[in-house]
Amino acid sequence: MDFHHDDDRRMLADTLGRYLADRYAFDVRTRIATSEAGWSAEQWRAMAELGIVGALFGEAAGGFGGGGFDIAIVFEQLGAALVVEPFLGTLMAGRVLAGAGETDLVEQAIGGGAVFAFAHGEPQGRYELADIRTAATPTAAGWTLSGAKSVVPQLEAASHILVSARTSGEPGEEAGISLFVVEKGAPGLDVRGYPMIDGGRGGELSLDDTPARIVGAEGTAYAVIEAAVAAGIVALAWEAVAIMDVLKAQTIDYLRTRQQFGIPIGKFQALQHRMATVALEIEQARSSAINAAAALDGDRLARERAVSAAKYTIGRIGTLAAEEAIQLHGGIGMTWELPLSHYAKRLTLIGHQLGDEDHHLERFIELGRELGRTG
Amino acid sequence: MDLAYGPDEIAFRDEVRAFLKERLPQRLADKVRLNHRLDKADLEEWHAILNARGWLGNHWPVEWGGPGWTPVQHNIFDTETGLAYAPRIIPFGLSMLAPVLIKFGSDEQKRHFLPRILDGTDWWCQGYSEPGAGSDLASLRTSAVRDGDHYVVNGQKTWTTLGQYADWIFCLVRTDPTVKKQEGISFLLIDMTTPGVEVRPIILLDGEHEVNEVFFTDVRVPVGNLVGEENKGWTYAKYLLSYERTGIAGVGASLAAFAWLQHIAATEQKRGRPLAEDPYFAARLAKIEIELENMRTTNARVLMASGGGAAPLAESAMLKIRGTEIRQEITNLARRAIGPFAQPFVSEALDEGFNGEPIGPDYAAGIASDYFNNRKLSIFGGSNEVQREIITKATLGL
Ligand SMILES: Cc1cc2nc3c(=O)[nH]c(=O)nc-3n(C[C@H](O)[C@H](O)[C@H](O)COP(=O)(O)OP(=O)(O)OC[C@H]3O[C@@H](n4cnc5c(N)ncnc54)[C@H](O)[C@@H]3O)c2cc1C
Repeated sequence: MDFHHDDDRRMLADTLGRYLADRYAFDVRTRIATSEAGWSAEQWRAMAELGIVGALFGEAAGGFGGGGFDIAIVFEQLGAALVVEPFLGTLMAGRVLAGAGETDLVEQAIGGGAVFAFAHGEPQGRYELADIRTAATPTAAGWTLSGAKSVVPQLEAASHILVSARTSGEPGEEAGISLFVVEKGAPGLDVRGYPMIDGGRGGELSLDDTPARIVGAEGTAYAVIEAAVAAGIVALAWEAVAIMDVLKAQTIDYLRTRQQFGIPIGKFQALQHRMATVALEIEQARSSAINAAAALDGDRLARERAVSAAKYTIGRIGTLAAEEAIQLHGGIGMTWELPLSHYAKRLTLIGHQLGDEDHHLERFIELGRELGRTG
Repeated sequence: MDLAYGPDEIAFRDEVRAFLKERLPQRLADKVRLNHRLDKADLEEWHAILNARGWLGNHWPVEWGGPGWTPVQHNIFDTETGLAYAPRIIPFGLSMLAPVLIKFGSDEQKRHFLPRILDGTDWWCQGYSEPGAGSDLASLRTSAVRDGDHYVVNGQKTWTTLGQYADWIFCLVRTDPTVKKQEGISFLLIDMTTPGVEVRPIILLDGEHEVNEVFFTDVRVPVGNLVGEENKGWTYAKYLLSYERTGIAGVGASLAAFAWLQHIAATEQKRGRPLAEDPYFAARLAKIEIELENMRTTNARVLMASGGGAAPLAESAMLKIRGTEIRQEITNLARRAIGPFAQPFVSEALDEGFNGEPIGPDYAAGIASDYFNNRKLSIFGGSNEVQREIITKATLGL
């Protein structure tokens, strides 16, 4: 066993870490996160040039990574700097496109030219991957889509939107779902953007006979979506772990320096034990993220159980770490001015992406039953 | 034991209900329920409605305009106003300063200030905390130095809730730096329009302006604004903190927030069924419902035992800790209940008159920010850790 990253990955992490320290300092991040656009095309291009997007994809698609730990190392750095750029959507949509042989498009993304959004969740969907009602209709020229997608991160930033839709079957069924690419500005496409509470922007997508190009085989996209979401969960898990590390470091620092009753508050045993609990829980979260990254490229059931376990774990521990960080800071932890509060918000809201704690606990149990049947 | 209300109590409850039905503006109740912004005018409107009925200073002695309620009546009033989504009564003048003035203030102070608190002429804020003095409040440093018939005040207060609206601030100031820290503190009333007072906003993590920093530079305060005796301020401050704890558990407001949470859980769908029926979420709801029901009884027990007056510190501490934890858990569940719709945040949607289309269900707009904002409950008014210290010292003999 070896829990170290290899040299290439370490170099990549260093490069990205240095870039973010120099160019994505917290005040820069805040300006981008709260701006009208909610992202920075310039930062995106610069990071793409560093190879950050390329690290998310395998060689067949023109990248030089694409494994679970490549995703881990990138998103860990992004999390530590609270980056709001459209990496998550590009990761998930890009993996689908790469899998379907759309390497041209993926190469454009790797170069920083194309930006993807992964528009899968629907207003009624509540994390259920098969609850898809958006309808695809064949036409002479290809397909048109009608329906709605909800809370898509950085939807407005995307040049290409990957949309799931039903070519057959009923909402809730795994069969009958297909994937399509829709281009920005396509007829019948409406994007309603808004700020997210943890920074950056999201959007509601509505499609009304919008022309679209099918990606991959018709009706069998469920498995592809599940795999893309698994990659997304690995990304979120590592983003979350990095945020927890930041919260922990800042809180320990505060406990050491803040004086009340003539001593640093870190001398109060009541707070020491709380901090110790947070610290040990974060290590559990990190292990869950390692397990998920390690399982990403393997067998489906093992992979899905590991990502659900990780999403459950970071959901539970993320809430704990965020709430404790605020609490142990007292009033100052409640302020906009302190970066910590924004880390806490992001960490909490990660719990609302790609399935929350309860959703993944339930799913883990179901997958266990499935394993019992097949194993 | 008999947990049921007697006939008089039922009659009183019905009276409160009828009053709320008739007088609580639907507009205000909707805002409270949906976590929309309440501005100064909204809060003043509700204060004035209560005052017209003689229920605003409901903890005040009858001679100063209080209604003379029993502890059970207070409890009923808090529960019913909470359940009806009435705005909270802003406590600074009414239930913090007023009891101190009534017990320790001069006749002149009482005659001047108390009616103005009731009729809304003066909006008060609380100047206790300082950057270096939070949990360790007695280490405060803002100084007041006697100069003829004035005190000259210098220093800084912080976390002053709604200080941006305030006409007056009641402050703890240091009048004797040479003695034990609790013994050199005085309780001073300061007109916010006095030269040298400056208020600066602090923005909280939800983006809202609710607290402030208040700076004092050579602020001249007439000695007539000293409450009680010089250097006895700590006694008054402690009295203020332990006075009348009926509202501290927030049972009424939590019952209402829980009822609204149940509505959300019944409306949100998971796999085509109401979220409330999902066993995982149902378990979360059930636990909080049990806690809340227990709290309701604990609260009533403490109130009855304290005879409506000052509750003992340890009991107040228990109410504060558990009451705020329950409220925070309710906001936590509401956040979870709306799933991905917790992420969007359209600030304008919290303003009156917003008629844009909601993102997701119409109740979603203020839920995540309310969750974050309510992290304050376990921090302010003596943090929950400090409350635990109080319990440990006062009742456990440890
Ligand atoms: C939204 C908001 C509104 C407020 N409104 C007002 C107001 O209107 N007027 C006013 O005067 N003040 C107000 N406060 C201030 C509030 O009372 C203080 O924030 C509170 O007393 C905590 O002090 P602190 O922030 O300095 O934290 P600190 O005292 O520095 O505490 C930091 C952490 O250490 C813990 N801690 C401290 N001492 C101990 C101990 N002995 N044992 C164990 N743990 C300990 C605390 O619990 C906390 O977790 C408000 C605060 C907030 C956040």
